[in-house]
Amino acid sequence: MSPTKTLATSARVLRQLSHDHRTLAMLFVLPLLLLGLLSWIYSATPQMFDLIGPALLGVFPLIVMFLVTSIATLRERRLGTLERLMAMPVGKLDIILGYAGSFGLLAILQAVLVSTVAVRLYGLDVAGPVWFLVIVAVANALLGTMLGLLASAFAASEFQAVQFMPAFVLPQFLLCGLLVPVAQLPSALELVANCLPLTYAVEAMTLVSRNPALTSEMVTDVAVVAAFAIAALLLGAATLRRRTK
Amino acid sequence: MVRGKTVALREVGFAMEPGKITGLIGPSGSGKTTLIRAIVGAQEITGGTLRVLGLPAGSGALRRRIGYVTQTPAVYPDLTARQNLLYFASILGVARSEVGRVLKVVDMERLESQLVSTMSGGQQARVSLAVALLGEPALLVLDEPTVGLDPVLRKHLWQLFRQLADEGRSLLISSHVMDEAEQCSDLLLLRDGAVLNFSSKSALLARTGTGTVHDAFLALAEGAE
Repeated sequence: MSPTKTLATSARVLRQLSHDHRTLAMLFVLPLLLLGLLSWIYSATPQMFDLIGPALLGVFPLIVMFLVTSIATLRERRLGTLERLMAMPVGKLDIILGYAGSFGLLAILQAVLVSTVAVRLYGLDVAGPVWFLVIVAVANALLGTMLGLLASAFAASEFQAVQFMPAFVLPQFLLCGLLVPVAQLPSALELVANCLPLTYAVEAMTLVSRNPALTSEMVTDVAVVAAFAIAALLLGAATLRRRTK
Repeated sequence: MVRGKTVALREVGFAMEPGKITGLIGPSGSGKTTLIRAIVGAQEITGGTLRVLGLPAGSGALRRRIGYVTQTPAVYPDLTARQNLLYFASILGVARSEVGRVLKVVDMERLESQLVSTMSGGQQARVSLAVALLGEPALLVLDEPTVGLDPVLRKHLWQLFRQLADEGRSLLISSHVMDEAEQCSDLLLLRDGAVLNFSSKSALLARTGTGTVHDAFLALAEGAE
């Protein structure tokens, strides 16, 4: 592993995105508009917005980063640039961490922007520290990046890659406790929900919106999300092969 | 050698010499790309030995000594030519000054700030070739580098290949165009995953009693049936 090569890869991915203004605009403006729409929907019952808003702050980065990464890495596989890189003196982890670095940076910017606007402009009432919201959002974004990277290995076309998003993310969204609290799910589904990372991310978001101080439960939740991201990273690295059969 | 479930290559025997251009000639589907991918270490071999620059194919130490050009230009379309080269230069660990040098070699200095996606196929192919030239590798492996290019550009590229060989590098260039084979010193003719011939061009023509590589290929292919 080499920090120079990891950084060079991060810089390259950001440079590619810098030529794509529309994607960048969507990355930052879309979550703002959606959250604004949500606060408008709940304008008569702001306590509902306070309940759902923080959870969605965790869901957006997961979805957006999953899509962006799965398409970006699928393009690398199809263009032949990945095969070219694999024939060069560079570690697989340099490439993956390079992607994580650039998308992680975008995720931090996105999370800071969206949380700030949500609290200041949309009047989202968060009892706990707002910086913790940002941390959960970034952990989710990194999870999305790693899952997207992993999913791209199983997608033969952009059509398939896009459809992996609902396959990977929608079940997690339905079970994460946002629609029905996890404890009230049928016991089999509760078991499944407890094995999915988004459940922990949403729990962390809900806790921070209600508790003025940081609790050990919140920290554990974030650690679980991070552990899932690392597991997906290692699986993703295993799918990058230097030699094919 | 098995690729996926089909036998792509069998009993390939050949040796390359430094300072020479070896042409890997055969119709599409004859196993050229499989052999090339095995040499650069992207394809597992199921039997036999393959040594590249004295090391087993796929060795980590080979990764900075082989320049590899895939059939389609393997460069980032949403970066400029220069940005592409700067990235690959940092991955290879070669000096940034190399970027200017290789852009000049492939005659792309004027277009260095243009996005690759807005370039013609020939220009993209030259950017991809420039990446392979970074760090002056001892072996250049080029998979159909001139397919679909303007004849004038093709002529220029072959002059460049000649010049690189004269500097002492080994070049392996695949092509399905027989007239390109005329420009190689050694020829490896492939058909249906088997070697029809490996020798110098003059020995091939003498052996088959023909005047062109095209006729020699036909004579060998028909003789084998």
